[in-house]
Amino acid sequence: MLKRAFKTWFLWELLIGLSVTGRYFFKKKITVEYPEEKTPLSPRFRGLHALRRYESGEERCIACKLCEVVCPALAITIESEERDDGSRRTTRYDIDFTKCIYCGFCQEACPVDAIVETQEFEYATEKRADLYYDKEMLLAVGDRYEKQIAANIAADARYS
Amino acid sequence: MSGLDMAIQGGIWALEILAIAVPVALSVAYITYCERRVIGFMQARKGCNRVGPAGLLQPLADGLKLVLKETIIPAQANKLLFIGAPLLSLMPALVAFAVVPFGETSLFGVWETPHIMAISNLNVGLLYVMAIGSLSVYGVLMAGWASNSKYPIMGSIRSTCQMISYEIAMGFGLVTVMMLAGSLNLADIVHAQAGGILHWYMIPLFPMLLVFFISGCAETGRTPFDLTETEELVAGYYTEYSGMWFATFSLAEYGAMILISLLTSILFLGGWYAPIAALDFIPGTIWLLGKTALLIFVFIWFRATFPRYRYDQMMRLGWKIFLPWTFGWIFVIGIFIYTPGLDGIIDFWLAWR
Repeated sequence: MLKRAFKTWFLWELLIGLSVTGRYFFKKKITVEYPEEKTPLSPRFRGLHALRRYESGEERCIACKLCEVVCPALAITIESEERDDGSRRTTRYDIDFTKCIYCGFCQEACPVDAIVETQEFEYATEKRADLYYDKEMLLAVGDRYEKQIAANIAADARYS
Repeated sequence: MSGLDMAIQGGIWALEILAIAVPVALSVAYITYCERRVIGFMQARKGCNRVGPAGLLQPLADGLKLVLKETIIPAQANKLLFIGAPLLSLMPALVAFAVVPFGETSLFGVWETPHIMAISNLNVGLLYVMAIGSLSVYGVLMAGWASNSKYPIMGSIRSTCQMISYEIAMGFGLVTVMMLAGSLNLADIVHAQAGGILHWYMIPLFPMLLVFFISGCAETGRTPFDLTETEELVAGYYTEYSGMWFATFSLAEYGAMILISLLTSILFLGGWYAPIAALDFIPGTIWLLGKTALLIFVFIWFRATFPRYRYDQMMRLGWKIFLPWTFGWIFVIGIFIYTPGLDGIIDFWLAWR
């Protein structure tokens, strides 16, 4: 009773509250100053898509269209033709990133590891049209990040 | 009085006004910066640190943004009152500084006796501050009315009610200070507290210090009493304001916060006196401003810590807790002063006996 009165009139609970914020005042700050600092990304991070090539320079995609079928957002459009050497290759491979939901199903469906998602996520544009990537652009992305992609696949290999 | 004399007098007045208004405006700008940083730190963030070194230019950027923004006056608003309201709430916040003594100086030995550093060393200074402080409620009420919109009027009604309620507790809290100091002159009140930390009125009047400071939070509409500008009322009485007029309201609010902190230091924390005689070498003004800065930090600390009061809880606190306590303390102090035997205890703080 006396203790309670003491606590009430000396604003005890308020002082406890103030001490909590007072302690946090001196704690380490968790802010990540984004453009200069970045948080670590998982090897499974699902960002911008890329089409990969073999070391010989031959593109991996065999136009099986599994990714196009599995894509829940219908973001992938593929057209294919027989090439001069008799192999089936895509003539068109487009991903509309305004539709894409970055689920990673295309990467899972691909039998030859051709379409993959990279850790790249800073590709904002000023026009919607710039988010429509065609085959050349996707291959270029693949060429740019091949090292990173290979390392991530290797890092994830023992779980798959 | 000749024309020249009048011109000189006018110039002196203008300088005096500038000497108060400019530092207040500047400190308001940097209190907003400080507030963002401190609240950020208390939430384990860094706060604004982008504009200039450590974000120090942030207030300038904010000010520039506010000046360049369009002033929107609602079509159905009463234009005269709509523009007048922010001015009327800023005016008392600045005018009240006129009687605040910022220290005393002999101008490095030029003057024989130390002079009080106040624009006007008014004998009823305390009463003046209370009276002018109450005026700010008109600005709020006018803003709510002139906006011709339902949330501002709700906010301004709440705000009016809150200010009136807490002013009473505040006023009676100050009566105890008056009883001990025997004067309404702010400089005399500080003089009455000379002689070290034990003489400060925070010792015999500790509950009144709490009542005064917490009522100050309510008067300025700061957290935890900021229910005049809650989310449920969109933004309270400044819902319809934008740009520079909105900034004027903020200026008034932060100016009032500085004023309350200054008054608390003057009335309860010994004004410009150092806590112990060994620290007397530091100028008095720095002591006063340091105490004020500490109290402003406490204001910000409150904001980072406490959730908002519910309306009925706020009213209960003002009328059923603060008011009886202040009455009780006046009674206790009165008994101590006029009872033979007990007056020996209180004589330590009684300057006028």
